Amino acid sequence: MTDVILSETWWWPFVMILVAGWLATDVWRWLGVFAGGRLSEDGELLIWVRCVATALVAGVISKLILFPQGVLAETPVWLRLAATGVGFAAFFAARQRVVVGVLSAEAFLLCGWLALDKLG
Amino acid sequence: MTVPERPEWPETQTGTTVPGRIWMLRGARAAISIPAFILTAAFVGYAGLARETGLTLAETLAMTGFVWALPSIVVLTGALSSGMGLLPAGIAVALASVRLMPMTMALMPLIKVPGKTRNWQLLVASHFVAVTAWVYAMKHLPDLPREGRLLFFVGFGGSVSSFVFCMTAIAYLLVERLPDIVAGALFLLTPVYFLCSLWGASRLNADRVAMIAGLALGPLFFIYFPGLDLLWTGLVGGTLAYVGTRLYRRGLT
Repeated sequence: MTDVILSETWWWPFVMILVAGWLATDVWRWLGVFAGGRLSEDGELLIWVRCVATALVAGVISKLILFPQGVLAETPVWLRLAATGVGFAAFFAARQRVVVGVLSAEAFLLCGWLALDKLG
Repeated sequence: MTVPERPEWPETQTGTTVPGRIWMLRGARAAISIPAFILTAAFVGYAGLARETGLTLAETLAMTGFVWALPSIVVLTGALSSGMGLLPAGIAVALASVRLMPMTMALMPLIKVPGKTRNWQLLVASHFVAVTAWVYAMKHLPDLPREGRLLFFVGFGGSVSSFVFCMTAIAYLLVERLPDIVAGALFLLTPVYFLCSLWGASRLNADRVAMIAGLALGPLFFIYFPGLDLLWTGLVGGTLAYVGTRLYRRGLT
């Protein structure tokens, strides 16, 4: 198969990156430019589009927490959920300061992780 | 509800025009921010993953610069390392990137000056649409005069991506292998940061309800409709949130 030979050349990964990466990603941004160009700033349609975009990003968030990639997947799911919950609560307690939320979640995760390591 | 770190824009009140160059520089200055550092940390974590996967420095950087959306980059890394063909890899990445379309759509009315902004300018700016810059833009651009928004966004997005690009290179070269616990902590940064800042950027009840719906539906659709799950999460969650809050606002009219 030509694929085998292709994938051994130095330039093949760059073709992959340009076509399967850059084109496959930016095409959505370009479509968004053309489809969004006609929306008015305070129209009902824009509110709906924003709801769809927000729900999508929120879906990314819960996937990253419940089904993470890499080493984070080795931590128990309750620890990740608890760390996120603590972070979000701290974010509110600190009058919506993102830094506080992020640092609290990280601190909780690291403490929990180290404690589990010691116990296990 | 307001964030104190927001800079003041005196011209907004007085109506004096500011040259475009200045708006771009202001965007670049605004990029020196917590979101940019969090995103950098996430890419440092990614550089470790790329190196472990066996990607070269040039490949890692080409992906960072050309794709510029971390979830899609992670998908493409998996595709490259498993020797997936061009078409299936392209489809997998495209599915992971669908979210960029409604995000870009929602941004356009904010940064466009009707009758003045050209399409190529918007196409260039759209490359910087990724969650970090988008959330920042949705929150802060409405406070700026309309003429300055596009260049401010380009200045912001351009600086964040250049900085992240350099830091990814440095991390790739210097960090042989991150300790597990550090790598894991870096992976948790992104979702927690997204969670807090997405809530902070929401302006209407509809946005907040959509966010809660998306959080709940995301895992469900991932289990039952893997592949197109994010698209369904957005469409179903967003529409439910829109219809629900519209009924609440206006009743059955």
